[in-house]
Amino acid sequence: MTTPILRLTNVSKSFGPVDVLHDISLQVNAGEVLCLLGDNGAGKSTLIKTLSGVHAPTSGTMEMDGQPVAFANPREASDRGIATVHQFGGTFPLMSIGRCFFVGREPVKRWGPLKAYDRRTANEVAVKAIQGFGITRITDGDRLVGGLSGGERQSLAIARAVHFGARVLILDEPTAALGVKQASHVLRIVLEARRRGLAVIFITHQVTHAMAVGDRFAVLIRGSLAASFAKGERTREEITDLMAGGEAMAELEAEIAAHEAGSPQAA
Amino acid sequence: MMSDTLKPSLAPPAARRDHGLSLGALARRPETGSFLGMLIVFAFFAVFGGSSFLGLGGAASWLNVAAEIGIVALPVGLLMIAGELDLSVGSVIPAASMTVAVLSGYFDLPLVVGIAAALALGLLVGFVNGLLVLRTGVPSFIITLGSLFAVAGLTLGISVLVTGSTGVALQTGPLGKALLGSFIGGMFQVTILWWIAALLAVGYILHVSPIGNWIFALGGDKVSARNEGIPIDRLTVQLFMGSGFCSAFVGISQAILYNSAQVSTGQSFIFNSIISVVIGGVLLTGGFGSVVGIAFGTITFAIVSQGIFYTGFDANWASLIIGVLLLLAVLMNNTFRRLALSATTSKGKAK
Repeated sequence: MTTPILRLTNVSKSFGPVDVLHDISLQVNAGEVLCLLGDNGAGKSTLIKTLSGVHAPTSGTMEMDGQPVAFANPREASDRGIATVHQFGGTFPLMSIGRCFFVGREPVKRWGPLKAYDRRTANEVAVKAIQGFGITRITDGDRLVGGLSGGERQSLAIARAVHFGARVLILDEPTAALGVKQASHVLRIVLEARRRGLAVIFITHQVTHAMAVGDRFAVLIRGSLAASFAKGERTREEITDLMAGGEAMAELEAEIAAHEAGSPQAA
Repeated sequence: MMSDTLKPSLAPPAARRDHGLSLGALARRPETGSFLGMLIVFAFFAVFGGSSFLGLGGAASWLNVAAEIGIVALPVGLLMIAGELDLSVGSVIPAASMTVAVLSGYFDLPLVVGIAAALALGLLVGFVNGLLVLRTGVPSFIITLGSLFAVAGLTLGISVLVTGSTGVALQTGPLGKALLGSFIGGMFQVTILWWIAALLAVGYILHVSPIGNWIFALGGDKVSARNEGIPIDRLTVQLFMGSGFCSAFVGISQAILYNSAQVSTGQSFIFNSIISVVIGGVLLTGGFGSVVGIAFGTITFAIVSQGIFYTGFDANWASLIIGVLLLLAVLMNNTFRRLALSATTSKGKAK
C-alpha cells in the first residue's frame, strides 16, 4: 500500500477547557478526494485550520509522506504543499487576474538594481493555468477578478494553488455559495485536480456534491469522527442521517410518515 | 515562470499596455474618470478665466499649488490604496518647517543638519503611526488624528519653549535656496521638479515594482495578503514612514521658500491631499488606484483652487466648487469601477 500524503493520527484540539476536536484519525492519498462532511459547528473549520498550520494540534500527530510534521504558521504548511482555498478568500476583487494569480510571488524582470513586475508573463501564465482547468472563457489576464463569477474565482484560486506546487488541496465549502451550474464547474475542477495526482480534501455539507467527486468520506459530528467509509459503501440517505446525528433525521422522517398516514383520515 | 533574464528587445516599463484600446480596458484604469474630470475643469476655467489663466502665469499658479499638495498626496494615496489614512501630515509639515528653521535659523547650524533632522522627524512620526496602527488595531484614522494633535502640540510647546515665539526666520545659502525654495523663470517653484521626481519614484513603486502588487493586495484583503506571505506589517510601517518623509520635505521647502516657519501652516494639507487622491480615482477603502490618477486629481484640485481667481467670480465660491467636484468625482469613479468589474473578456481578441 502507498504511503498517504497526509495522515492524522489521534489528533485532538482544545481551546482552553473547550474540546473542539477529539481523536481524529484520517488520511488522504495522492489522486484521491477525501470528503469531509459535517453540519455547522461540527469542527470542520478547526480541522482545516489545524491542517493548514493556523492551529497546532493539542495532541496527536500529523505526518506528510510518512514523516511527522508540525507547522508553525500557514506559510510553512503552504511551503510543504498544503494549500487552502476558502469560499471567497485569496482573491482580490479589484486586482487583475494576472496580478492576483501571482500575488506575493510576482515574476520580475530586472534592469540593473531595479525590479519590474512582469505583467506579460504573469498574465500569460495565469490565463494558461486557468484554461488548463477548463475555464476557457478567461482569455484576458488584465480583467479584474471582481468581474468573474464565483465558480471562476474558485477556479482561479485552485489553479494558482496547483501552479505553485500544492500537493494537498484543502477546499473549504467551495460550492456552498454557488448555483447549480457554477457548482458543477467547481466539481469538475476538483476532478481535474485529482486527475493530476493531487490529494484533495473537500469540505462540504452538501451530500450530493460530496458523492459526485469523493473517493473517501469522513463524517464529523461534534468534533469526533462519526464514520469513515469509501465510495459506494453508504447511500445518500445514510450519509445525511449520519451528518444530522442520525436520530434527528429518523425522528423527522417518522413524524412525516405519521403525518402522511394520518392526514387522509382527517380529511 | 519567474524570468530574471533581461530581454533587451522589451520595451521600457512605460509601455505596459501591449493590446489595443477597448472600453473594458479603459474603464479598468483608475485614472480614466479623473482624466475626464481634469479636462472638464480645465476647459471650464479656460473659458471663464480667459487668456490670463491660459498664460504662463496662470499655469505657474496652479502648478505651484499642485506640486506642494502633490508631494504629500502621493504617499497619502499609497496609504489609501493600502487601506489606511494619514491625517498627521497636517502637523508634520509645520513641525518639519519649525525643525529646520529652529536648527538652521535660530541656532545657525548648517542647513544640511536642519534638513536631515526635519526629514528624520517625519520618518519618526510615520514609524510611530505605523507601529501604533499595527499594535493597537485601532483604525489609522483615529491613530493619525491623535498624532496630528500630539505633533502639533509638541511643535507649539517646544517652539515657544526654545525660541519664545511661534515663528522663526530662516536665511539659507544660495544652494539650499536654489534646490528647495527658488522660482524657475521667476514663476515656477522648483518644487514642481521635486513633484515630478516623486511621481516617477512612486509610480515605479506602485506600478512597476512587485511591491506595488503587495500594496494593492494589502488594501484589497489584508488577511489573504498575509496568508500569501506578504510582509504586511513591514509594508504598513514603510508606507506611513513614506508619508511622514514627504510631508517633512514639503515643510522644509516651505520654510526655505518663505524664509521663515510658523507653527500652524499645514492643516489645509490634510483634506486637500485626501481630496486630490479621491478625485484621482483611489478607492477610500483601499485596493484600487493609480499614480497617474492621483496626479490628475491633484492638478484638478489645484486648477479649481487657483483658477477661481482668474474668473470674474467671487473667490469665496471655490470651496463650493471643490465640494461638488469631489462628489461628482467619486460618483464618476464608482461608475467606471462598476464598468471595469462588469467588462467581460474583450471579444475581439479572444482566441
